Amino acid sequence: MSLLEFFQWCYATPIGETIRNSTWLFPVIEAIHLLGLALTIGSVLLVELRLLGVGLSRQPVAQLSASAEPLLILGLTISFLTGIPLFMSESIKAYYSFAFWIKMTSLFLVLLFTFTLRRRLTRTDLTAERPKLGRWMAVVSLSLWFGVAWGGRWIGFS
Amino acid sequence: MSLLAFFGWLGDTPWSVDLHESQYAYAIIESIHVWAMAFFFGLVVMFDLRLLGVIMRKVPVSEVLERLLPLTIAGFVIMVITGSLLFYAIPLRSFQNIFFRSKMILLLLAGLNVWLFHSRVYPRVIGRDVDGVPPRAARVAGALSLVLWIGIVVSGRMIAYNWFDCDRQPQTAFINFVTSCFPEAGQ
Repeated sequence: MSLLEFFQWCYATPIGETIRNSTWLFPVIEAIHLLGLALTIGSVLLVELRLLGVGLSRQPVAQLSASAEPLLILGLTISFLTGIPLFMSESIKAYYSFAFWIKMTSLFLVLLFTFTLRRRLTRTDLTAERPKLGRWMAVVSLSLWFGVAWGGRWIGFS
Repeated sequence: MSLLAFFGWLGDTPWSVDLHESQYAYAIIESIHVWAMAFFFGLVVMFDLRLLGVIMRKVPVSEVLERLLPLTIAGFVIMVITGSLLFYAIPLRSFQNIFFRSKMILLLLAGLNVWLFHSRVYPRVIGRDVDGVPPRAARVAGALSLVLWIGIVVSGRMIAYNWFDCDRQPQTAFINFVTSCFPEAGQ
């Protein structure tokens, strides 16, 4: 099965079809998807702003990261649970959308980065000794998240 | 000049037409609006959850407020600028759109909640450097803020849909009333 065939299969699923045939479903799921994005970005920012030296800079990174992580998981869960049905309803359009692939590439990279390097560095207070490293991590993470948000918004314009 | 006539005129000004018909400008402004929303609302959620005592209980509310508020305001300013441009691109249709109207009403209520929080709840109820779970009034303000902003984001997203638009008749008399729509007058 090629990727295009898989996307066509997603498109033909009852979930995809139900959403396409409904006036309200797509917008409502999409609005919840947007709330999931805001929660995700908020919990990422809590730590990233700290790493950049703004925000809650008096708090240890490890402690902020521990506070933010359950919210990050919740934000991602909401985004995935709403994003997958949205994708199924227009997967063929997504296949040919440049923005969709920007979003998926950024998302893959940022998740990989978040749950490997970033997690290890924020759990220990290594960034306290190496603030430059922390700043770079924050820049990489926020740039990738901006890519995810931009790609997501742009799918609707293409 | 009525508001309808004013926004009709505004939509015919050259810059408004340019923005509306542009290939990329509108979409770019819309993207920045969404970024600013995620930045602003994300930080608002963090602060509200702190007020509710859900996260960062060991960090004093005053510290979270002082450190996050300037950034939150910066995000809000970007949202207002980009939001105004988006409105300017399509003024009359936005003005009559039911979701735009619910968004503006919810925004006013959210503003009122912010004002009440900063003038009454924060100085008198929370005081300085109190950690743990804040008192009831602060938790109520936090919960109201979350509910109102969720309503604002959802309304904002729905402005794109024209289900209740004036040029899509027939609508019920109620819908035409709340959208200032007079179909018989060709508005």
